[in-house]
Amino acid sequence: MVIGSMIESLKNLFSFSAERVSEMGKTIQKPEGEIKLEVKDLNFYYGDFRALKNINLKIPTKKITALIGPSGCGKTTLLRCFNRMHDLYPGSRYEGSIIFHPEGINIASPKIDVLDLRRRIGMVFQRPNPFPKSIFENVAYGLRVNGVKDKKLIQEKVEWALRASALWDEVKDRLNANAYSLSGGQQQRLCIARAIAIEPEILLFDEPTSALDPISTSKIEELIMELKDKLTIIIVTHNMQQAARVSDWTGFMYLGELIEFANTQKIFTVPSQKLTEDYITGRFG
Amino acid sequence: MFSSVTYKKFLDKLMLAVFFTAGFITIFITVGIVYVLLSDSIEFFKEVSIKEFLTEKEWTPVFATKKFGIWPLVSGTFLIAGIAMVVSVPLGLLISIYLSEYASVRVREFAKPIIEFLEAIPTVVFGYFTLLFVTPFLQKIVPNLDGFNSLAPGIVLGFMILPYTASMAEDAMKGVPQRIREASYSLGATKLRTALKIVLPAAVSGVVAGFILGASRAIGETMVVAIAAGMYPNLTLDPREPVQTMTGYIVQVALGDLPFGSIEYLSIFAVGLALFLIAFIFNSIALWLRSRIREVY
Repeated sequence: MVIGSMIESLKNLFSFSAERVSEMGKTIQKPEGEIKLEVKDLNFYYGDFRALKNINLKIPTKKITALIGPSGCGKTTLLRCFNRMHDLYPGSRYEGSIIFHPEGINIASPKIDVLDLRRRIGMVFQRPNPFPKSIFENVAYGLRVNGVKDKKLIQEKVEWALRASALWDEVKDRLNANAYSLSGGQQQRLCIARAIAIEPEILLFDEPTSALDPISTSKIEELIMELKDKLTIIIVTHNMQQAARVSDWTGFMYLGELIEFANTQKIFTVPSQKLTEDYITGRFG
Repeated sequence: MFSSVTYKKFLDKLMLAVFFTAGFITIFITVGIVYVLLSDSIEFFKEVSIKEFLTEKEWTPVFATKKFGIWPLVSGTFLIAGIAMVVSVPLGLLISIYLSEYASVRVREFAKPIIEFLEAIPTVVFGYFTLLFVTPFLQKIVPNLDGFNSLAPGIVLGFMILPYTASMAEDAMKGVPQRIREASYSLGATKLRTALKIVLPAAVSGVVAGFILGASRAIGETMVVAIAAGMYPNLTLDPREPVQTMTGYIVQVALGDLPFGSIEYLSIFAVGLALFLIAFIFNSIALWLRSRIREVY
C-alpha cells in the first residue's frame, strides 16, 4: 500500500513538467510593422525526438527578438532552424514552414538553396570561433566565399565590418596578426564583423556572451543594439537581464514549445502566462 | 609481519623501481645502438676519409678497387622514398579529407582500421608482391623497365606508408574543432571550401608531420627495397634502372660472410650512421611540427 502510493507520487513528480505545459495556454502576439520571418506550425526532430512542437511566431524586421527559456527548452534548436545549421548532422527533420519575407520562400523546405540562405542569414556562436587565420582573413573569408575577388573592395568591406563591430581601432595596426592573439571579447566582436561583412539580412546570436566577462558582455550588447538599424536580429540568451536590456520582442520557450511571445516590456512586467512569470521571477529554470 | 603502511610504502618503492628500470632499458638500448654505430664508424673512417665518403661518386666495396662514395646509396634511397611520397601525399590527402569531412561515421570506422592494418602486414610480403606482381605489371606499361627498379618499390612503399600519410593526417583534421567548421558553413561556404580553406590549413602541422614520418619510414624501409630494387649502387634518377638503397646495402653485407672487422664489414656501420642521422632529422622535424598543433585554437 505504502509502496503503491510512493510510486504514484513519483509518477506525479515526473509528469509534473509535461502537465504544466499541457495545462497552460499560449499567448503569441503579432508584432506590429514589417515581418521578416514567419514560423508556421514548425516541428523539428532529432531522429525520433521531437525537439520543437508546433511553433508559431512572427519575427519583426530590423528589431531585436530574444528567445529565452531554461536549458533544453529548444531555443537554440529553433535558432539553428533559421539558417538550417541542423542540416550538417544526420537525422534532422523539419515539418511546417518558416517563411522568409519579402520573397516568401520557405526556409524549412528541402528544396531551398541552403548556401544562399546562410549568406542572407548570418550567425554568431556561443563561444568565439574565429578561424586560425589572420584578423583580416577572418573577415575577408565570407566575402571570398561569396565570390568577391576585387582586392580593394575586400579591403573596404573588411574595414567597414571591423568599424561596425567596434573593433577597428583596436586591430587596425595588426590586421595580419593571428585572430587567436585577441582577447575573448575581441574574438567575439571579430566573429560579428565576419558575419556582417557579407551584409546579411538577419543575424542570429546563440548566447553570444555566455563565455565572456561582464565588460566584454556590455560591449557586445551595445554592438547588438547598434546593429538593429541595419538588420533583423534574433538572440538566444540564458540571461534574462540581457533579454530585457537589448530586445524589443521576447519569446519564452519551455519543453520545445513557445509559451509566450510578446513585447519585451510587457513580458517582463505583466506576462500573460503563469509559466512565463514563474521563469522570469526565478521560481524555476 | 609488515604493518600495512610499511607494506604499502615498500610496494610504492618497488613499483617505482620497476617503472624506472623499464624506462631506463629503452634509453640504454638507444644509447647502445648509437655507441656501436659511432665506434665502428670511427674505425671505418680511420681507413676511408670522410671526404671520400661524401665526395666520391661510386660505391664499390666488393670490387678490386674499392670506392666508398655514399651518394649512389643516398640517391637510391631518396629516389625510392621520393616516388613513395609522390604516390602517398596526394592519395593520403584525398583519403584523409574524405574520411574526415565527407564519410559517415560508419564508413570511417570501417575504413580507418583497414588503412592502419597496412602496417601489420609483414614487409617481406610487400617485397615479394612488388617483385612478382607489381614489377611485371608495370613492365607492360613502362618501356625498358628493368626487373629490378626503383619505380615498383617506390609505388608499393607509397601505399605502405598510408598509415602515416592518410591516417595521421585524418587524425589531425578530425582534431579541428567542429565550431570552426560551423563558422565556415554559417557564411554559406560549401563542404569542399570548408575542407580545403579552413580545416586543412588549421590541421596543416599535423598533416605535414604525418607526411614527414611517412617519408622517414620510406627511407628506413628495408625488405621491399632489398627484394625488389636490385643490389646495384647506381647514381641515377631514372626510376627504371636497378638501384641500391642504404638499407639494401646493409642487408646485402650483413647476409654475406665478410670477415669481422674488415673494411666492408665496417662500412655498414658508416652507412647505418648516415641513415640514423637522416631518420633522426626527419623525426625531429615531425615531432616539432606536431607539438605546434596545440598552439592554435
